[in-house]
Amino acid sequence: MTDVSSSFLPASNTPPKSATGQEQKWVPIVLIGIALAFLALILYIPAINVFYQAFHKGFGPFLHNLGEPNFQHAARMTLGLAAIAVPLNTIFGLCTAWALARKRFRGRTLLLSIIDLPFAISPVVAGLMIVLLYGRNGWFGPFLQERGIQIVFAFPAMMLATAFVSMPFVAREVIPVLEEEGTDQEEAAYTLGANPWQTFWRVTVPNIRWGLLYGILLTNARAMGEFGAVSVVSGNIAGKTQSLPLFVEEAYKSYDTEAAYSAAVLLALLAVVTLVLKEILERRTGGHLKKTH
Amino acid sequence: MATDASFSIHKAMPTTEALSRSTSNSPWKSFWNSILHMPWTWRIMFAYLAFMLFLPVAAMLTKSLTIGPAEFWRIATSPLALSTYDVTFTTSLVAALIDGVFGVLIAWILVRYTFPLKKLVDASIDLPFALPTAVAGLTLATVYSENGWIGSLLAPFGIKIAFTRLGVGIAMMFISLPFVVRTVQPVLMQIEKETEEAAWSLGASSWQTFWRVLLPPLFPAILTGVALGFSRAVGEFGSTVIISSNTPFKDLIAPILIFQRLEQYDYAGATVIGMVLLIISLLMLLVINFIQVWGKRYD
Repeated sequence: MTDVSSSFLPASNTPPKSATGQEQKWVPIVLIGIALAFLALILYIPAINVFYQAFHKGFGPFLHNLGEPNFQHAARMTLGLAAIAVPLNTIFGLCTAWALARKRFRGRTLLLSIIDLPFAISPVVAGLMIVLLYGRNGWFGPFLQERGIQIVFAFPAMMLATAFVSMPFVAREVIPVLEEEGTDQEEAAYTLGANPWQTFWRVTVPNIRWGLLYGILLTNARAMGEFGAVSVVSGNIAGKTQSLPLFVEEAYKSYDTEAAYSAAVLLALLAVVTLVLKEILERRTGGHLKKTH
Repeated sequence: MATDASFSIHKAMPTTEALSRSTSNSPWKSFWNSILHMPWTWRIMFAYLAFMLFLPVAAMLTKSLTIGPAEFWRIATSPLALSTYDVTFTTSLVAALIDGVFGVLIAWILVRYTFPLKKLVDASIDLPFALPTAVAGLTLATVYSENGWIGSLLAPFGIKIAFTRLGVGIAMMFISLPFVVRTVQPVLMQIEKETEEAAWSLGASSWQTFWRVLLPPLFPAILTGVALGFSRAVGEFGSTVIISSNTPFKDLIAPILIFQRLEQYDYAGATVIGMVLLIISLLMLLVINFIQVWGKRYD
């Protein structure tokens, strides 16, 4: 720790005034220390714990748990949910961004807020809405029952819930990029005789590709990790309607901590990969993408 | 050349032209015009929004209307419901405020100081966005349990964290932290170091500089971050359901009460608590928008 402290210096290279100089030396070290201690308690120790719990008995139990049929089913379920929800939300996000980015009209801000609504609504409430719509006593309940279509407590509702909670990401990331690009290049393409479709694929998509990838990345992370909304609509039947996050919770509640951590470590790896890709994309665009979600 | 280009644009996209022109007509006429001349991107957007968002919200609104105001009020203000609001909102608020303090500190050290592994620390702030909440709940429950790494240090003092309200608060602090840091960080980056140096050279202490020079322009961002974190914490379910013991009147939070009501097929009970949460989230959205408009007065 002592040899490290020499580099704990203020970022500015102008020497501080002598009156505050004494203060300046220890203030950064103390502030950095407090901040890192807080982060350690809230983020780092819990994060390290996931890997420790999964692997402290070696890879044997981990590999054994990966072979469990319920686990494998949950993993396939999670991949399936993301495989449908992510493309759907990408198409929606692209259309929305295309429709809203370059036009100013009354109600535009309202529309943008509406698109962000799924982030503001509690996932449990989102799940509840889907149950009220497609459940047995829901709007479409009798209609679906007559035809023997099961939506709630089955894959379709889990998919709807997943798509609901991850809906705004792509639109949110692409709109600012499109706004910034302007229309010059597309206008040039039109003048040169390109049709709208060609212009879109050859001019617009290459311009927005990093923002688009960033949006897809966040959509995927949320889709694979969603717990609340999916848990409400799925019924959580092991080997049937259980995604990986649900598997984690159920294994933990039934005191099978090992299985819970084996699944948790996979989801944590997904999070790490997401963060690394996010960082790469942010570098590519010079930090333009960095903001809150 | 320029006129040529704009001419061909109008030819290529006549519908958008009609749309932008129609906004100046009477409201109804313009409404029909915009529907009739809607480009296909708009149709996909509205169709998806209608199916995925409006329809479910409408289903919930109509369900809550069938309950009747008296019954609605009775369920919404039942002692159990009131205690879950208390646990949810108080704990979320305290968690968001603590995050507000530490979030500003973290943003400050990331913007103003250099230290080893700073890039890694910066990237790790987004971990709560990326880590599935069930995993967060699982590991927090383990670490803060009586024989966990951190919990075992506090157990001798009689402090229990996991499976109490404190644990719920820790989980809420975990998930809302990035909101504060990521809202404050860009604003802090824009504040020129010269402003503080001017304050220093005029004889202000570091503390005075912080309170009088830095905090006022940062305040809207901090408030937005805290509000975003608060509204996220209020709705949180995945991590809190695992770290909480879900004991009524102790650490049972409103989202979990909704879940339990649904498990008991008590749709009316679930809908009422759900409506209360929905209304609160919409109010928070309004508050956040208001804060952002108010914060723009510095631009």
